[in-house]
Amino acid sequence: MELLHSIFIGPFADMFSDLSFLIQVLWEGFVQGTLYALIALGFVLIFKASGVFNFAQGIMVVFAVLALVGLYEAGVPAWLALILTIGIMGLLAIGIERVVLRPLVNQHDAILLMATIGLARFLSGAGQFIFGGENKAMITEELGLPTGSSEAEIFGGVVFFEHLDIAAVIIAGLLVAALAVFFSKTRIGRALRAVADDHQAALSVGISLNQIWAIVWFAAGIVALVTGIMWGARSDVSFALEIIALKALAVLIIGGFTSIPGAIIAGIIVGLVEKLFEIYWGSLLGGGVEAWFAYIVALIFLLFRPQGLFGEKIIERV
Amino acid sequence: MSAEQEILLDVKDISLSFGGVKAITDVSFNVRKGEVRAIIGPNGAGKTSMLNCINGFYHPQVGTISYKGEVRKAMRPYVAASQGIARTFQNVALFRGMTTLDNIMSGRTLRMKRGFFWQMFRHGPALAEEIEHRKRVEEIIDFLEIQAIRKTPVGRLPYGLQKRVELARALAMEPELLLLDEPMAGMNQEEKEDMSRFILDVNSEFGTTVTLIEHDMGVVMDLSDRVVVLDYGKKIADGTPEEVQNEQTVIDAYLGVPH
Repeated sequence: MELLHSIFIGPFADMFSDLSFLIQVLWEGFVQGTLYALIALGFVLIFKASGVFNFAQGIMVVFAVLALVGLYEAGVPAWLALILTIGIMGLLAIGIERVVLRPLVNQHDAILLMATIGLARFLSGAGQFIFGGENKAMITEELGLPTGSSEAEIFGGVVFFEHLDIAAVIIAGLLVAALAVFFSKTRIGRALRAVADDHQAALSVGISLNQIWAIVWFAAGIVALVTGIMWGARSDVSFALEIIALKALAVLIIGGFTSIPGAIIAGIIVGLVEKLFEIYWGSLLGGGVEAWFAYIVALIFLLFRPQGLFGEKIIERV
Repeated sequence: MSAEQEILLDVKDISLSFGGVKAITDVSFNVRKGEVRAIIGPNGAGKTSMLNCINGFYHPQVGTISYKGEVRKAMRPYVAASQGIARTFQNVALFRGMTTLDNIMSGRTLRMKRGFFWQMFRHGPALAEEIEHRKRVEEIIDFLEIQAIRKTPVGRLPYGLQKRVELARALAMEPELLLLDEPMAGMNQEEKEDMSRFILDVNSEFGTTVTLIEHDMGVVMDLSDRVVVLDYGKKIADGTPEEVQNEQTVIDAYLGVPH
């Protein structure tokens, strides 16, 4: 009886007895979720265009910020470091297309998957070799990102909003909007969707797969850079980010591998739910729930709705 | 068709094999500018493999393909497309998530030249260009009488209309050589007649050279100027529909003979 009470009644009573704290928890979860959504977005872009689950997306996040901070530490001004890093992600995209994707075209999906794991190991090693393996502080202020926080009185309590978090949400929103316009309204966007739908047909109308792949990996690189900056500013720039990025796998299973809106909504759902669960139910299980909760939700989805919330259900006509 | 007409595509002694399986063995034929050329043959004869060689999906191990008098080396499909070769597929290969209009617009890819930079902002020259191409696409939509389904996602269209959208996408490329892989497969009589009319109109109004694979003999005889017949990857006949029809090897290939 007491157990049932602590599962089904106690947590809700806690939520409603201190509404301003609940708002605080939800906000934290929302910001976290936005960042999950951004990482998942990087995966979806590449998955849609080439059908490859890119295991290197997480390390691309790390690699991008390492390059940014590394350049700054080498004496390059922050704004120039940012531009150079974008350039590096562009070169990386072209390089990956040339060296990894092009020779493996038409190979089995599993082979491409293995190739991205190899790529992840390579980037991890190269990152440590060039920029060193120790944690670095993010150059938040130098990039002009706001610090400090505001407080607001909501429901009689005080809720804190970190300015950085607000900036993260706004920048993520702008990035998603820009990508959405780019991919739905332009020739290259149309070509990308064409490639996502049918490789052969896309080739037959004269779309160059090589060019599209390079562009998509570049877009994923930019998304990785933005994610890395935001995440790094909230904690530190370290290789641990790569592990956190794997949470995007859970997000993708929930949202559907091929859906950009799915990635965004599922990312936010995961952020919110795991935070709520951690705060209100976590003590029942001894805490640390945040680390695995998303994967449990993903498993449940795999059992009952394997295509995810917004993924395409694959129906083969016979 | 007079014999001295310019040869657009010349296939010389090509052979194509996948591992131990020989798909095409020593086949030669040509396509003259402005004609409708049919490739026929029983299932598995190598017809689709032949189209795949022509537009660069496959590269024959032996032999040469020359297009507009130039011999092509292992060319990639998008290069073939940029030289004016468009095609449709046996199993409709449309971009299912897109509308009819977007599908046809994708055929204009190569004709849109504005760079990545302008594309990003969809502004200035890129926007003007988009509008200009849209106009051309609307003409094709009118021509193929598919105005009503302009905004429909193609995945929802009936099969016959999907085939027509696929033709529209190929036409949007303004090709010189149009390759059609079984354009009438799975259609009823009325749809077949419509499609035949469109193919003939494309040929006469736009002067597009057409190479098509088709199983319906009535259609083949009506549409084509010359026919090449393949069987087990080898050419067994080549000539006008009447000539081919009376050839004993062709009759044997279709009806079977005791060996």
